[in-house]
Amino acid sequence: MPSSAKPWDAIRAQDIIASHAGYQGALLPLLQAIQIEFACVPEQVVPLVAKALNLSRAEIHGVLTFYPDFKRSAPVGPVIRLCVAEACQARGGRQVQARLEAVLGCKIDGSVNSMGVALEAVYCLGLCASGPAAIVDGKLAARLEGVRLERLIERISA
Amino acid sequence: MSVRIFVPADTAAVAMGADEIALAIELGARESGIPVEIVRNGSRGHIAIEPLVEVETAVGRVGYGPVTLADVPGLIAAGLFTAGPHAKRIGRPEETAFLRRQTRFTFSRCGLTDPLSLDDYRNHGGFAGFERALRLTPSEIIDEIDRSGLRGCGGAGFPAGLKWRTVLDADGPRKYIVCNADEGDSGTFADRMLLEGDPFTLIEGMLIAALAVGASEGFIYVRSEYPHAVQAIRRAIEIARSSGLLGETAGGRTRPFDIEVRVGAGAYVCGEETALLESLEGRRGQVRAKPPLPAHSGLWGRPTLVNNVLTFAAAPFILAEGGGAYASVGYGRSRGTMPFQLAGDIKFGGLFETPFGLSLEELIDSIGSGAATGRPIRAVQVGGPLGAYFPRSLFGTPLDYEAFAALEGLIGHGGVVVFNDTVDLLQQARFAMEFCAVESCGKCTPCRIGSTRGIELLDRIAAGARNAENIDLLSDLCDTMKVGSLCALGGLTPYPVLSALTHFAEDFSATRESGSTS
Repeated sequence: MPSSAKPWDAIRAQDIIASHAGYQGALLPLLQAIQIEFACVPEQVVPLVAKALNLSRAEIHGVLTFYPDFKRSAPVGPVIRLCVAEACQARGGRQVQARLEAVLGCKIDGSVNSMGVALEAVYCLGLCASGPAAIVDGKLAARLEGVRLERLIERISA
Repeated sequence: MSVRIFVPADTAAVAMGADEIALAIELGARESGIPVEIVRNGSRGHIAIEPLVEVETAVGRVGYGPVTLADVPGLIAAGLFTAGPHAKRIGRPEETAFLRRQTRFTFSRCGLTDPLSLDDYRNHGGFAGFERALRLTPSEIIDEIDRSGLRGCGGAGFPAGLKWRTVLDADGPRKYIVCNADEGDSGTFADRMLLEGDPFTLIEGMLIAALAVGASEGFIYVRSEYPHAVQAIRRAIEIARSSGLLGETAGGRTRPFDIEVRVGAGAYVCGEETALLESLEGRRGQVRAKPPLPAHSGLWGRPTLVNNVLTFAAAPFILAEGGGAYASVGYGRSRGTMPFQLAGDIKFGGLFETPFGLSLEELIDSIGSGAATGRPIRAVQVGGPLGAYFPRSLFGTPLDYEAFAALEGLIGHGGVVVFNDTVDLLQQARFAMEFCAVESCGKCTPCRIGSTRGIELLDRIAAGARNAENIDLLSDLCDTMKVGSLCALGGLTPYPVLSALTHFAEDFSATRESGSTS
């Protein structure tokens, strides 16, 4: 969440690296811890991680670009992650997507609208019997239809 | 004596406001001067009545649902704490048709107990299986699994006992067990429900498996889309560790055993076991060629047992009650029960654990009570995004691995997604290809390139361009993907595509109406 995102801090980053470097298969948990701290994996951290884990920067780049969770810059506003998978489609998910895209004025490809709201696709949140479902800034929302959808739209466009 | 109130902490309940409801009930009780104990239980799996608030009475638990935050003052005024009458009062939850008709082996405790109370777990039969396993040799434990007929619940349905024995027989000073909780299939949530609602069952199952194969370390790989499940299993592991069930003493074993939770990073393909191992080792989740099997050379090249959450979680029942008791129900070579997950446009969706062999029709029309929208049901996709779409004419098919395989379909992880008559099967086929293109690990060509060519072909068919020719080409492409892909992602994406084409040919015709068929 943007409000809690901390600015780059090399000492803090080194602390996180040091506390994870001893893990077996440390790279993912380490990058995840970095992202929790800075709301993204800043470019400056890559050489530090490479050195600590004895990896090349290319290997780290490969991992960062493979996994959709890793962000290269911190979100500027609220992030809406709408489920676009089959079970939500069957409950009207495509219509919710079209509605959100229209209201926000941005496509569901992670792009950010003029208000700084980002719309992202997620493939299943395990809410398949109570879709359409989304996570809005980390908070779960289910049965996004009728009043519940309108309330969500009000909240994000406020 | 305080009144015990149950408000689920399951994701499905929380997404509908359960946290706020729990808080409001607590405040309301304080104002009324009634001492209450709020238990954040798991979900019973009857999602249509979530959030389900229950109050413990002398004659059992009485439920109210689905409860909204706005209902709380009225509920308290109506005498919630003494199970008073209210429009949302449903009586005893276990007497609802949806729950009464289930056979719960794996999910027997889920929704009943406090997920983080070891006492609750023990009082509901927990650790009976592990205690019995401690008295058996590794080979005897696996004999019991063999007798049960248990098959891997992640999707492939491989005989669990055979896999366990392969790891037991593999030489190596160090062996691992890995629990695949990367439940990415749309329409499935059984792993999530168990992790959140009864995590000790998974821990017990992994303890039994570790004894059987001789592993000293276990990993649980949970997808990041399940933050509540990650938190629940982590806390359960801490509790198990502080009471000596994990760690150096590991519940009275001579060998230490511990479990670590690792979180995924949004890649569906990491649910494939070799991609999962790559991810655990800290690399891109790219599929490995087999052989070698993970059972021989898995995590860091060591013999590794990789099973789904539900497979491990079936072990405590099997060890406690005997493999014969598990195998006594089922259908053909699919023995025991499967926690099916009923989702999509269905009136009563949720988790339905039942012996294999129930027909799709019974599950959808009778148990699920038809579409939530009231529209006619046109198609059902069983087995997640790689599963086939079945038309109503195939709804008589029994839920059984072999029966589904014979129809070019799969049971997979037990997800059943119901679509009403507004579904456009060409769009669903396109989505299958699109999903494969987005999630492909990129290692093999049929999956990486084939999926994108598939999208293009389906767009051309949708536009009505040279339909017969393009449909032939699509079938050819599907053949190539099926036989030429390295793993199930590319290899099974043709299932939803070809089943849509075969059973819903009208959606692919040159004269199709664009968009919905209704």
